[in-house]
Amino acid sequence: MNDRLKLRIFKNKAMQGVIIALTFLCVLPLAFILIYIIKSGITAINWDFITNIPKPVGETGGGVANALLGTLIIIVVATVIAVPIGILCGVYLSENKKSKIAYWASVCVDILQGVPSIVIGIVAYFWIVRPMGGFSALSGSIALAIMMFPIIIRSTEETLKLIPDSLKEAAYALGMPTHKVILKVIVPCGFSGIISGVMLSVARIAGETAPLLFTAFGNPFIETNLLKPMQSLPLLIFNYATSSYKDWQNLAWGASLVLLVFVLALNLLTKLMTRKWKVQL
Amino acid sequence: MDSVIHDIGASSQVQSAVVPQTKAGTHNERLLRPGRIRKGIRRERFFKKTLSFTGLMIILIVFGILATLFYQSLPAIQSLGARFFWSSTWNPVENIFGALPFLVGTLITSFLALIISVPFSIAIAVFLGEYFPKGGFSNFIKNTIDLIAAVPSVIFGFWGFFVLVPIIRILEMKFGIMPNGVGLFSASLILAIMIIPYAASLGTTMIRMVPASLKEGAYALGATRWEVLRKVIVPYSKSGLFAGILLSLGRAIGETMAVTMLIGNANFLPKSIFSPGNTMASVIANEFTEADHPIYVSALIEMGLFLFLVTFVINLIGKKIIKRATSNNG
Repeated sequence: MNDRLKLRIFKNKAMQGVIIALTFLCVLPLAFILIYIIKSGITAINWDFITNIPKPVGETGGGVANALLGTLIIIVVATVIAVPIGILCGVYLSENKKSKIAYWASVCVDILQGVPSIVIGIVAYFWIVRPMGGFSALSGSIALAIMMFPIIIRSTEETLKLIPDSLKEAAYALGMPTHKVILKVIVPCGFSGIISGVMLSVARIAGETAPLLFTAFGNPFIETNLLKPMQSLPLLIFNYATSSYKDWQNLAWGASLVLLVFVLALNLLTKLMTRKWKVQL
Repeated sequence: MDSVIHDIGASSQVQSAVVPQTKAGTHNERLLRPGRIRKGIRRERFFKKTLSFTGLMIILIVFGILATLFYQSLPAIQSLGARFFWSSTWNPVENIFGALPFLVGTLITSFLALIISVPFSIAIAVFLGEYFPKGGFSNFIKNTIDLIAAVPSVIFGFWGFFVLVPIIRILEMKFGIMPNGVGLFSASLILAIMIIPYAASLGTTMIRMVPASLKEGAYALGATRWEVLRKVIVPYSKSGLFAGILLSLGRAIGETMAVTMLIGNANFLPKSIFSPGNTMASVIANEFTEADHPIYVSALIEMGLFLFLVTFVINLIGKKIIKRATSNNG
């Protein structure tokens, strides 16, 4: 073996090592974050944490019941708004590929996907908070719904593309009208793909903070009125994390753990679902 | 699917010779009654209208966002003009608004994050695309990287504030820099972690699309794996890799919460990458609800508009490149 060949082989081995090392280095932050948040959050979580609202500064204890409830309400309302429109729009894009509106709608979905979340917060402020005269949970939900649209629309469209045309043709041959073909044949066939798209979009928006800063705004008390400011977990983390009170920081750690577990569980579930049904997103 | 089977059963019943006779006529006659057909057509039209309405709605939302941002930032555009982008004084008390510190902050943090993340994301793309394309191990790595993308930004910020910042403060003390801890560098570091998954997953797809025949040809000539990688795979997929990096840059520019928590929120031109600063997104997050003067609000929105346009252009270029790359190969 001459020296040149040895050098080439050495280079090959060395670069392989570098690539593997860099890849492993990327996995580390997630491990660190997970361990650190579990370690700091688990001590904060107890019965008080789930059932109480935060105590004022100086008193120990308290919990994040208001934020848990608020997050749940805001997410559910956002989902209720985004899912029907998103799925219908996805169906529209996959059915009418040639129409002008569909082309521009598709371009707009791409744009919407890239809009910074803080910009959506500003816009929701001017569309809903200003006209209604105050911060509200509803405006937060609408801001989050706008962020859910692109994910739901794209996943619906991609799923429906995979459904064989023969199925649709068979339904048409039986004399079914278009709306029945779509609602009773095509959508049920792509159901798992659509559902996983919806779950992904929920996971994506569950931790969004920026759009809620100017819309849902936060509230130290339990609030169920959609037209009033409402607390949510991300907002609570943002507001309490950098406070200098140890108790509030602990609440924020607990809230982070809850949020992280929720988001990661949704993601894993989506992955398992898509693998089981062999739908690719 | 049940309903399909049910409908098939129903229609075969209609075709059979024995048609159930009722008061209102045969099943067929009932189906073909003009009122019923009209109702069906009406439903059909309504459904089609609803579908195209949802498409139209998405277009309206995007144009609405643009129009709202533009309309609301008009006062600032008119009264501040181009000075807004090169003046470096930001003094809301005296109504002096110059966005240069935030432009510079955004530029530095996003490009620094890009520089840090590019070697990692390309390494992951190569790792998953070429070295270990299949198997449980690569699945594990891929899922972990995807999960990083799923962690909420505010949690990255929180973790960074309590773990990253103290470490950086110690390092800064060692090297004799003002030990702020928070600053442009900390923000860039957390941003780099956050954007790696985007560039990596796109890069993986692009590297997997390199035709096997090309690689086999190079191996047949006696090239080592590294040589194949450097001389065949990377040149072939470089536009796709570049697009992935562009898209992650678009993300870095608009990222708000983690940056807001780590950058130090100082409204002056940063002197070095270790000094505190602010980005366009973080200053909006910090000051929007406090802004009490119309011009103040408007100046913040002008920054939002600028953010929107910049990310729009970057995403557009990135998606164009991807579209061209995938249509050439597939």
